[in-house]
Amino acid sequence: MKPFLKSFLRVLEWLLPLAGFLVIWQSLSTWLDLPAFIFPSLDVVWTRFTQSLLNGSLLYHGSITLIEIMLGLLIGSLAATFLGYRIARSPRLERALSPYLVASQAIPIVAIAPLLVIWLGPGMSSKVFICSLIVFFPILVNTVVGVRAVPVALHDLMHSLRASRWQILWKLEIPAALPVFLGGLRIGATLSVIGAVVGELVGADRGLGFLVNVGRGQYDTALVFVAVFTLISLALGLYGIVAWIEHQTLGWQEWRRGSL
Amino acid sequence: MSSVILRIQQLGIVFKDSNSGLRALEDVSFNVHSREFLCVLGPSGSGKTTLLRLIAGLLPASTGQISFSELKQPRIGMVFQQANLMPWRTVLENIMLPLEVTGVDEVHARKNARDMVDLVGLTGFEDSWPRDLSGGMAQRVALARALIHDPDLLLLDEPFGSLDALTRERMWTELSRLWQAQQKTVIMVTHSINESLFLADRVLVLTPRPGKVKLELTVDIPRPRNDDIRYTPHFGKLARRLKEAIG
Repeated sequence: MKPFLKSFLRVLEWLLPLAGFLVIWQSLSTWLDLPAFIFPSLDVVWTRFTQSLLNGSLLYHGSITLIEIMLGLLIGSLAATFLGYRIARSPRLERALSPYLVASQAIPIVAIAPLLVIWLGPGMSSKVFICSLIVFFPILVNTVVGVRAVPVALHDLMHSLRASRWQILWKLEIPAALPVFLGGLRIGATLSVIGAVVGELVGADRGLGFLVNVGRGQYDTALVFVAVFTLISLALGLYGIVAWIEHQTLGWQEWRRGSL
Repeated sequence: MSSVILRIQQLGIVFKDSNSGLRALEDVSFNVHSREFLCVLGPSGSGKTTLLRLIAGLLPASTGQISFSELKQPRIGMVFQQANLMPWRTVLENIMLPLEVTGVDEVHARKNARDMVDLVGLTGFEDSWPRDLSGGMAQRVALARALIHDPDLLLLDEPFGSLDALTRERMWTELSRLWQAQQKTVIMVTHSINESLFLADRVLVLTPRPGKVKLELTVDIPRPRNDDIRYTPHFGKLARRLKEAIG
């Protein structure tokens, strides 16, 4: 098959479910004929979208949320990688910390979000913090698993070459743990969106979560949908970036053979 | 015989983590001469691999001494039972690794690695991933990697154990060619009598648990050795002595 036709079919494959979804939506809204504040039709949502795009509010609130997400993801994953690496190399540290780390996952983030907003204020810092909290655990776990999975034989090789601690880190541990680590980052990237929005819903005067709140308060349901779809695209974009990094750095993996 | 470069005296090791304390090696003493090809032969469980790991400095000895004459920190090239390549590095990058660790600049490292690729007969596979190599090719890469930084001592831990018989025998010829070209001191661990007689100047037989040197045999078969030597009566006689020592 011609490469052009092939990529065209690929895009089609990807667009088909979306088109189906939109068709179902539009026919449901025509058929049920509910008021727009309960179930707006597609064209109402679209109008609201262009409107908020043109007056700049969507970009403004969207970029606030994006900054919170990026900062939260950065701080959360840095902390998780650092601690995960230490835990992977020290069973004692793992014994001491792991019960608490697991217990911390039993606390619903929604339940402590108000507390964090009270402590850190309604500004961006509370959202960044919530975001890094939610991102922390999956990346921590994957870092531990990834570092532990480095083959002992390769450690022997590096030691037989009298490699330094740094060389072992850069030339062995990081590349060997990278696939599992990036798997954690994938999960973290999508969770980070949830973290930021949870924070904004609890108390904020900016951001897409705030927009959802505004829409709900004013029975502007179309605006709620606009904010939700923007959040979805943010999550998709972040996920795509991680997938792209994987594609760039993990081309050596066996299952990727021929998948260029 | 030329000068002694490695002296091993009353070497012993006990693994404390096993319940009764496993004595893997006991009172092992021998010398290794410069540019010698020494084989350590023994059944599995005789502590052969442990001996190599001790010499490589991967394990601390419980008793005895390992001393390198003149060299405090000898450079070591090691080949393991599995090729042990880094899957995220291409063939060339895998071979370059020891040079990177010793701090050779990249341009030189690349050039030397290319020469090594040619030497082990893998020209054209420089940019292949390890996943695309056969077992024999992967072990050639491992050999090239062990040789590239011009090691004082080459340690081979049953390097051809995981290969099929045909490839293994081809690798013997390849290895003796490399050894003669590079003039390295080699200690190779194996459980194959044929392999040790084909390659070695001298064979040490280890007994199992605790590993002790039971027999030291000089292999006086002239080089270059080819397949035919295996059908000579002398080869048969040597093989028989080794077989009896292993028990």
